[in-house]
Amino acid sequence: MSSPDTEDGSPYAPHTEAETEAMLDAIGASDVEELFDIPSAVAFDDTFDIPARSEAEITHEVRSILDRNASVTCLLGRGHYDHFIPAIVDHIADRSEFLTSYTQYQPEASQGYLQALFEYQSLLVELTGLGVANCSLYDAASALGEAATFAARLRHTDGNRVLVPELLHPGRRSTLENYCAGPGIEVATYPSDDGTADVDALEALVDDDTLMIYAESPTIRGTLEPASRALGELADDHDAAFCLGSDPYALSILETPHEVGADIVVGDAGVLGLPTSFGMGLGLFATREEYVRQTPGRLVGVSEDLEGTRAFSLTLVTREQHIRRERATSNICTNQAWVALRAAMHAAWLGPTGLVDAATSYVERPRELAERLDAIDGVSAPVHDRAHFREFTWRVDDDASKVANALLEHGYAVHALDDDTLQVCVTDQPNAAIDGFVHAVEEVIT
Amino acid sequence: MKIHEQARWYRRDDDLTEPLLVEKDSTTVDVSVDGLDDSLTRDELTLPNIAEPEVAAHYTRLSQMTFGIESGPYPLGSCTMKYNPKFTERLAADPGAHVHPDLPDEACQGILEIMYHLQRYLARICGMDRVSLQPPAGAAGEFAGILICRAFHADNGEDGQRTEVIVPASAHGTNFASAAMGGYEVVTVPSNEEGRVDLEALEAALGPETAALMLTNPNTLGVIERDIEEIASLVHEAGGLLYYDGANLNALLGRARPGDMGFDITHYNVHKTFATPHGGGGPGAGPVGVTDRLADYLPDPVVTVDDDETYRRVTPERSIGKVHGFEGNWLVLLKAFAYIARLGDDGLLDASAKAVLNANYLAERVGYPIPYGPVQHEFVASASGQDAGEVARAMLDYGVHPPTTKWPELVDEALMTEPTEVETKESLDHLADAFNAVRDLDDDELAERPKRTSVRKIDQVAAARSPVLNWQSIETPKS
Repeated sequence: MSSPDTEDGSPYAPHTEAETEAMLDAIGASDVEELFDIPSAVAFDDTFDIPARSEAEITHEVRSILDRNASVTCLLGRGHYDHFIPAIVDHIADRSEFLTSYTQYQPEASQGYLQALFEYQSLLVELTGLGVANCSLYDAASALGEAATFAARLRHTDGNRVLVPELLHPGRRSTLENYCAGPGIEVATYPSDDGTADVDALEALVDDDTLMIYAESPTIRGTLEPASRALGELADDHDAAFCLGSDPYALSILETPHEVGADIVVGDAGVLGLPTSFGMGLGLFATREEYVRQTPGRLVGVSEDLEGTRAFSLTLVTREQHIRRERATSNICTNQAWVALRAAMHAAWLGPTGLVDAATSYVERPRELAERLDAIDGVSAPVHDRAHFREFTWRVDDDASKVANALLEHGYAVHALDDDTLQVCVTDQPNAAIDGFVHAVEEVIT
Repeated sequence: MKIHEQARWYRRDDDLTEPLLVEKDSTTVDVSVDGLDDSLTRDELTLPNIAEPEVAAHYTRLSQMTFGIESGPYPLGSCTMKYNPKFTERLAADPGAHVHPDLPDEACQGILEIMYHLQRYLARICGMDRVSLQPPAGAAGEFAGILICRAFHADNGEDGQRTEVIVPASAHGTNFASAAMGGYEVVTVPSNEEGRVDLEALEAALGPETAALMLTNPNTLGVIERDIEEIASLVHEAGGLLYYDGANLNALLGRARPGDMGFDITHYNVHKTFATPHGGGGPGAGPVGVTDRLADYLPDPVVTVDDDETYRRVTPERSIGKVHGFEGNWLVLLKAFAYIARLGDDGLLDASAKAVLNANYLAERVGYPIPYGPVQHEFVASASGQDAGEVARAMLDYGVHPPTTKWPELVDEALMTEPTEVETKESLDHLADAFNAVRDLDDDELAERPKRTSVRKIDQVAAARSPVLNWQSIETPKS
């Protein structure tokens, strides 16, 4: 065989000419082309005009294209976060058995991966207080969509309307509406009061036609919902499900969703283990034990092998599309398993103290930053008189987009929400970066 | 090499199990955060608490109890388990790829440029006009395709009328589920004696209620739908759309394109055809491509380029909106782009050639009967007389991963086998030997297998009867 870069054809198809000949002989064909049964009328006789590149060439090419991304300090959030990921996650998750294996339909050959996913489920059970967590959906938005159709399948719910916050992230809203279109579920909005749910207004909207109330803590603006318990009671009073959006860091310090009466928890668990990746996520989905048979997505359970040894396998598979087809609880097949593995590994590395310390800092650091911004003339921060997690909104006397653009030129990316409102997110950036940001705001504003 | 010699990767007789994290150590910490009211916070948190070296050892051990692509042949039919080139991992780990989606377009030109080129590559490969990369997996691509179909018919004033999606009985389960999620009734058509779509049955099923036919080609039996042109005309004459399930695209690369066959919508499984790793179940990516008349419905966003070579995220005019909160599984898409660029035209053509060569060679060597053909990139053998699930478990003892079993149901005790282009002749011989050795086992021997894996046959029925889904529910954790 020639070197990988001089060979014609695929560098990952390892056949020598002699092997190809021997195989064709065994088949009784003289040429590989004979094996194809493509009708001539639809055969493709052209090229794609895609030149092959050597590994070195394509590596340089991709890196030089990626260099065209602006190099900035990312202070963006709103549903996708920039958290520090410990090196162990990259190194161990990249072990080829984890990275390259398929879904664990053959449990005897995938005990290790099944155990890792079981541990991920258990971690979420601890964080949510709910009895069942699946081993991933795509992201927070699709998890919310699944929550709505899941709620419609529950026996104790009736109604056909899902109530969501007016501040809901547009990508989540759009995805939710798509999941709701098929079964004909209506998506309606309830108002917010100072960045969290307006409970009185919501109470006026909830009726017997309400299927599910959705709230977030932290919200997309970083506010922590003080009235979760009241929302849970409101849902309960009207035979509606209560779905809470959150994430593993926040859940490590917040009162558990179980305690506040949540039936479902959704969110992005990719805040653990996943780098900033243009919005890629890890759909968290947890619910109460009694609803397990309506749950979407894969579940790993414990069993025994014929020698009585503890063993893991995918379980309750008759909920899934490959068995139940059009009556499945969801169409999901490929999920985000490897991201779930990374999240569990990250959590194991942090341990309970590390998780709580990190989450505490995501309360303290934004608060400190808000105080510093508020001290600048022409800036008011935070906009909402609420406790915040990771991020907060702030107002400027100037035009918000103009300010955001000017800050980007200084090397700091923040959100501009409307005419005078911006949003900034603080996670694990070094203090020097935060100091630099405050100076940049001072320069841009004055 | 004797076929048992590769079977060493899994069973270490001195230490068969790895304790759960929680069985190693668990610690409860008090939670109290300055400035947060007690009513907002929990009192305590209990989680495993182990040091980094133990975390590394734990997960390394778990990886050793998992069969990956480099552990041995992995011929799962319909899954296209091909080698995942290492260099694409290095690219995905590049900090330059780790960008926030809310950066303005001007500040993430690098990512948008790669997305744009990938859209173009995918469009050309399938003969589609426009592609959106938004769906995060194949099933999400199907769902997006179904929503496009629904929006198209609604614009023609036919949403109330076209209520059915037709799916062949042998189709992937996701096809049925995606159509149902989109609000359609699913109508199933049987296969004919050759394992292809029964044209008469299709004609009978088609009508003014038809919204679409979902099809994969080659189909799940690994045989080409030879009547694809006629199928396309029938569907189009009935006013329906033709949907291509990209799961079996590996057989067609560079040789035929769904667009030229008359398909209107296609999804791509980049974790199959374009060698991005399956990750033990995901993440994948499921871009969706369409012909011009459906381009305005594509999911948001599509990346376009201006005359001054500025790349932009654009919402198509009548977009169905989103099926993912942001822009899909970008890091997976990046790997797919790099793989396609590495192979180029010649490499893609060679991939399909060697995939079909390998499947045919293995089919020739396997002793189980293969009722349908000519086989392309995969074949479905019949273990009739044995239980296909037992066959699969027994094959593990020979150091190979078994095929997909008991599906499609058209074949009794199906062994759906797809070796892909990456296996050598030697490895295919080894795989054939494993098939044939298991074929010679009697029922008692079969029931005993596997003997060499880290656990023996698992009682999955008991697991489903009283599910234990977390360590909190294990009554007496083993220490």
